[in-house]
Amino acid sequence: MKDYSSKNEDVPVRLKTHPLTEFWPIRLLLTAVAFIFLGLFLIMPLVIVFYNAIAEGFIAFKNVITNSEALSSIRLTLIVIGLAVPLNIVFGILAAWAVTKFSFRGKQILISFIDLPLTVSPVISGTVFILIFGLHGVLGEWLNSIHVKIVFAVPGIVLATIFVTLPYVARELIPLMQAQGSSDEEAAVTLGASGWKTFFKITLPNIKWGLFYGVILCTARAIGEFGAVSVVSGHIRGKTVTMPLEVEILYNEYNFSAAFSIASLLALLSLAAMGLKKLTQYKTEKVALEHEKFLNITGV
Amino acid sequence: MTKKKKKQSVIPGFSMSLGLTLSYLTLIVLAPLSMLFIRAAGLNVSEIKHILLSERTLSAFALSFGASLIAALINCIFGFIVAWVLVRYTFPGKGFFDAFVDLPFALPTAVAGISLTSLYMTSGWIGRYFHILGIKVAYTRLGIIVALTFIGLPFVVRTLQPVLSDMDKQAEEAAVSLGASRWKTFIHVILPEISPALLTGFALALARAIGEYGSVVFISGNMPNRTEIVPLLIMTRLEEYDYSGATVIAAFMLIVSFLLLLMINFLQGWGQRFQEAEKL
Repeated sequence: MKDYSSKNEDVPVRLKTHPLTEFWPIRLLLTAVAFIFLGLFLIMPLVIVFYNAIAEGFIAFKNVITNSEALSSIRLTLIVIGLAVPLNIVFGILAAWAVTKFSFRGKQILISFIDLPLTVSPVISGTVFILIFGLHGVLGEWLNSIHVKIVFAVPGIVLATIFVTLPYVARELIPLMQAQGSSDEEAAVTLGASGWKTFFKITLPNIKWGLFYGVILCTARAIGEFGAVSVVSGHIRGKTVTMPLEVEILYNEYNFSAAFSIASLLALLSLAAMGLKKLTQYKTEKVALEHEKFLNITGV
Repeated sequence: MTKKKKKQSVIPGFSMSLGLTLSYLTLIVLAPLSMLFIRAAGLNVSEIKHILLSERTLSAFALSFGASLIAALINCIFGFIVAWVLVRYTFPGKGFFDAFVDLPFALPTAVAGISLTSLYMTSGWIGRYFHILGIKVAYTRLGIIVALTFIGLPFVVRTLQPVLSDMDKQAEEAAVSLGASRWKTFIHVILPEISPALLTGFALALARAIGEYGSVVFISGNMPNRTEIVPLLIMTRLEEYDYSGATVIAAFMLIVSFLLLLMINFLQGWGQRFQEAEKL
């Protein structure tokens, strides 16, 4: 009897090995903690924006977003993205072209410089333009003598927005174009295509989803930028107030439901941006999959 | 070697693309930022010392760094749990929750600021429960930590997720078959493997939090020496036309941001080498 049980001692040892996942109560607990944390920090803040926006009824909401100051802030925000985003798209494509199609010294430093605006506090981004174009700035007296206003006016807001949103398109394109390599372009050029033709017929179709994603990020940031714009805006209502600044002014006037009404428009735009992000991720994954299939068929 | 490759490239547009990139970058970013240091260098040392060592500046820096550190630590713990749950478990609505993690990236900071304030003030949906416990969140340092936790969360989750999903399960299986408990496996196998990513996420969240303005300014109360963060102090100095004060504080902060950027680059390089070494 005793002999029998001792011989089988290594059987229960196998049963004792722990599973590859957590014990179910721990799993449940972790999931609950994650849900509560995301709920408190992400979902509730979003819900309360819409709740407060329509707290005083839909008519009040409509009145807020159609009054002249709100409309002028929407107009200014549109002007700012209309100028800042196209410029940064052109810059992003040029920078990605230079960085990924050629090798040169100091490339890594150039990439870090492109990323710089992401690490600089938005308030500092605004401050530097005050130091240059402000009345006590380097160019202040000269600008004053020729009656040109840059800061506390629309040009300053556009400049600060360009500064803050500069990296987004380039950052999306550089890793993408690096991964794709240059062989397609080299083939096109060798076969006699011009540089522009190569770009529009070969490169652009390859990078379109990455470019689209970069443009979404750039636009979302340009619409929502607050700190940098706040420094250079001067807060002149109806003139130099963008949508986020209008939210701030209304909030500081204790006009909470109006502030949240404008804020809800901004929140809707950011939800749209998040949706488009998911779409581009799906599309790029599909493209990558098709590319893989193509490679399998051709046996490359 | 680099020169050779440049000559070999048949693709046109090198000088045009690089030239325009450098000019645009210099005009928009580099020249304006260097202005800050040129102006700060124009001041004499005692002036700079006076500005940096004043009680108000020192307490603003202590608050900005302290609150950012605490928020980044909170994000390391909860961000890890969120990333773990999103990668390892399956449950309904997972895709929805996953998409939501990007909200702090997408939502304008001013919107985040007013909505967090209205949630956490003493009459707010969450603040009232803290109020019962005798804790005030909005308009205190705790409120600043809440706002900085909000904006830092995606940095930790998004750096951890790819590492967690790429992680080789073989090491875990080996640990388990050798009789390690789940907890031991976690501490000795999983944690060392994700620690570079966790540190990178921490540093990214920290760097973002130190410079953050929009989401904090509404919830912080903005009391000098108590709840005034550095970006707000710079703003105040500008509004008082104290350009020297604003310049010196901003230049110092910029140096700190550069150091953090260097650290992040180093950590990312380390993480990549670490993962490549694991795969060999």
